[in-house]
Amino acid sequence: MKITDQVVENHGLKIEEYTNIKKILKREPNLLELGIFSAMWNEHCSYKSSRKHLKNLPTKGKHVIQGPGENAGVIDIGDDDAIVFKIESHNHPSYIEPYQGAATGVGGILRDVFTMGARPIALLNSIHFGSPDHFKTKSLLHGVVSGIGGYGNCIGIPTVAGETKFNSTYNENILVNAMAVGHAKKDKIFYSKAKGLNKSVVYVGSKTGRDGIHGASMASAEFDENSEEKKPTVQVGDPFTEKLLMEACLELMKDNSIISIQDMGAAGLTSSSVEMASKGELGIEINLDKVPCREENMTPYEMMLSESQERMLIILEDGKEKHAKEIFKKWDLDFVIIGKTTNTNKLVLKYDNIIKGEIPINALASKAPIYDRKWIKKKLTKSKVDIKKLKKIKIEEALIKILSSANHSNKTWITSQYDQMVMCDTAQKSGSDAAIIRIHGKEKAIAVSVDSSANYCKAHPKSGGKQIVCENWRNLISVGARPIAITNCLNFGNPENPEVMGEFAECLLGIKESCEFLNYPVVSGNVSFYNGTNRKNIYPTPVIGGVGLISKFKKPISHQFKKNDSNILLIGKTFGHLERSTLLEEIYLISDGQPPEINLVNEKNNGESILGIIKDNLVNSVHDVSNGGLIIALAEMCMGSIYGAKINKPKKLTNLLKYFFGEDQGRYILEIDKGNLEKVEKILKNNNIFYENIGSTQKDYFEIQGELKINIKELYKINNQWYNNY
Amino acid sequence: MNSSVIVFPGSNCDRDIAVALEKMQFKNQMVWHKETKLPKSDLIVVPGGFSYGDYLRSGAIAGKSLIINEVIKSANEGCLVLGICNGFQILTETGMLKGVLLRNKNLKFINKDVNIKVINNDTKFSNKYKNNQVLKINIAHNEGNYFTNPNHLKELNDENLIAFKYCDNNGIINKSSNPNGSLENIAGIFNSKKNILGMMPHPERMVDNLISNTDGVNLFSSLLN
Repeated sequence: MKITDQVVENHGLKIEEYTNIKKILKREPNLLELGIFSAMWNEHCSYKSSRKHLKNLPTKGKHVIQGPGENAGVIDIGDDDAIVFKIESHNHPSYIEPYQGAATGVGGILRDVFTMGARPIALLNSIHFGSPDHFKTKSLLHGVVSGIGGYGNCIGIPTVAGETKFNSTYNENILVNAMAVGHAKKDKIFYSKAKGLNKSVVYVGSKTGRDGIHGASMASAEFDENSEEKKPTVQVGDPFTEKLLMEACLELMKDNSIISIQDMGAAGLTSSSVEMASKGELGIEINLDKVPCREENMTPYEMMLSESQERMLIILEDGKEKHAKEIFKKWDLDFVIIGKTTNTNKLVLKYDNIIKGEIPINALASKAPIYDRKWIKKKLTKSKVDIKKLKKIKIEEALIKILSSANHSNKTWITSQYDQMVMCDTAQKSGSDAAIIRIHGKEKAIAVSVDSSANYCKAHPKSGGKQIVCENWRNLISVGARPIAITNCLNFGNPENPEVMGEFAECLLGIKESCEFLNYPVVSGNVSFYNGTNRKNIYPTPVIGGVGLISKFKKPISHQFKKNDSNILLIGKTFGHLERSTLLEEIYLISDGQPPEINLVNEKNNGESILGIIKDNLVNSVHDVSNGGLIIALAEMCMGSIYGAKINKPKKLTNLLKYFFGEDQGRYILEIDKGNLEKVEKILKNNNIFYENIGSTQKDYFEIQGELKINIKELYKINNQWYNNY
Repeated sequence: MNSSVIVFPGSNCDRDIAVALEKMQFKNQMVWHKETKLPKSDLIVVPGGFSYGDYLRSGAIAGKSLIINEVIKSANEGCLVLGICNGFQILTETGMLKGVLLRNKNLKFINKDVNIKVINNDTKFSNKYKNNQVLKINIAHNEGNYFTNPNHLKELNDENLIAFKYCDNNGIINKSSNPNGSLENIAGIFNSKKNILGMMPHPERMVDNLISNTDGVNLFSSLLN
């Protein structure tokens, strides 16, 4: 086949990039080689637009064992325990085929975690859909949720936390981000770097089919009206085989048979073999005749570019082949030696004893293009809205409207479709500030949470970036966990658009600033560009997944009120910031102006102090104040409890809407026993923390003096209607 | 008491039940599905999960597996057999328990804590509970909607072979306390000799207050009794 400009373009490569390929090879590539270049040089695999900005993120810290660049990040949680975790996007496939797209998103991220020697112990997800009124939203929601559940439930890893949001910006490009967390022994972490010459390269797992060919390239282009035609590029998941693969790999990892291991994710056999060879500065030779195929007459091109799921590439120590094969046989999986490591520094592909392709490894890895894309700073807009002139609304009416809206309704309809309890270490499930997972057989636990704030990031990318890291940090603090590290999934529009690139660059600056200040490094992540259709880009949506440690886990601390007549303290200052708030969005349909500011000094001080108060066992419940402001946070503490709250009218801020719905940052609500109040106040005062005693708990009612009084069962009912009626 | 937990390749509650059994001082062994002999056991547990992926029909392939013949043989000799969730589905596939588990009425996977009522406490599995006692136990399944023919249903009722029924907080058994559409709110049944119990709720998930509650403990202590 002649490589024409059209063929190059169909592979998602630019003509300049193709010229570069010819220069590197000193000849024209054949179609197989072109396909391999396209798989390795696309945005998804090469991070060509993002790399320049990503390298500024803080990735080191005393707990970090492995930062970005491996299959997943690894952190030290004391003793001989390590936590391995990562988040990844599966946005494009999930829009085209929601069930399989979401399911294989979960499968892919699980492989990233158990490839490193960790047994997965928790799954999380962040899913963003278009407006509920959009004709596709309902079926996408149903498909994605059952896909996530279908995979996680079958393989038997609990899905413990997540977030679901609706916004018309995702009408034609939903976001499906999945995060997996695993537990490993610190001295038993496995990496992808190949070592040694003439070592066996082994293919294990499922057979290779024609599914998912060019999946990674699809993820690196915008959607258009023909996107539906891309269905064949979506992979099909088989969680049962993944379970077998996981158990077989973990069994083989018990001894010293494995030199290096890499899952076949995006760009399948191509990226896994190139990655291993590139990290080990070696060459790799593959006999494609040996690749187990699901379908007949598969060509080398199809084998190298297939994204069939549940496959791994392993480089074995000499003499371990028989032992390894037995394990995979026990689990009824394919185990085939398909090649060896070489000193040629080339990827050599043979078929029928003929060399079908030969490419220098560094051409695919280190010589992949890196772009310093043009970006422009966000023009910040002033709010055109005069809060004072807004139509008057009763607090109660606004509260009910928000609690019954799609974005703020109780998500049990979703979470009850996920097995949250399997493995019997889930101490706190979805619906809390953060989920808590006990480390099996140990006294310690980890807390996990995923968060995003696209609305804030759109208005002010840098503040937004700063805010999500803080929000995530707060969620972990609220359950008494010391935040350790994060993973990020950066969902953005077309990076060739300088405005989008600006959003990316500035969001990252914000993330960096918060991470550095809070000592909260980034250990893994994923970039998803080209989210948009026909030049309409989505809101910048970085998603942060955080992991925290509870070293001595005695009981989970949740946000529901626990006792009658205890004091309710509001930590942090309330200024009444309403721009970009839930109140304006949901009630007045206004989204302009600027998000609230972040004060990192207060953030850290408030968080650290609350962590101390929780450790000293001085608090009954804790909740961070987030979207919807103080009133929504209080309502959430009432719902699901038998205790409500009696809140005083504010002494200073007289605009009640601003006081109760303002989204000022760095705030928490604490429920404190009367007997502990003095001790807690002393700690807060000593740490120079601003706080207000805003009321006390009471039975059955949520009450704001002179403004509203609602039975909390009624409140719960209101909050639980939306999904069931949708 | 010696127990054996059958491990199918897609079992995923095998570790959980083993942990619970060991916590309750059972001497437990895991038995791989390709084995053709069972170790000497007083109790055999067929655990929850997705035995062979359950792509065909839950438990259908497991019902034809090598080890299951041994389980049937032991049960016929009077050995106690407990099937939980997928284990219950497998036991119905083999015919060791009558009836079938259909897809949940809402056609969705359901994971939540539900209330169940002890209907018959005069058995090896339930003697430490009180009759009509309400337990809170976690369910997690796609197919838990128990169905059987009228004759068998009559037999279940007449011979007191219903172990547990779904109910509400106060023990009321009605449509709204039925999570999956199960016939007469049935959550678990015995065979006619009462040496086999199949149940959809997961008692092994309820043995630790730090994680959930301890409502499952008495099922295991009943067996030891």
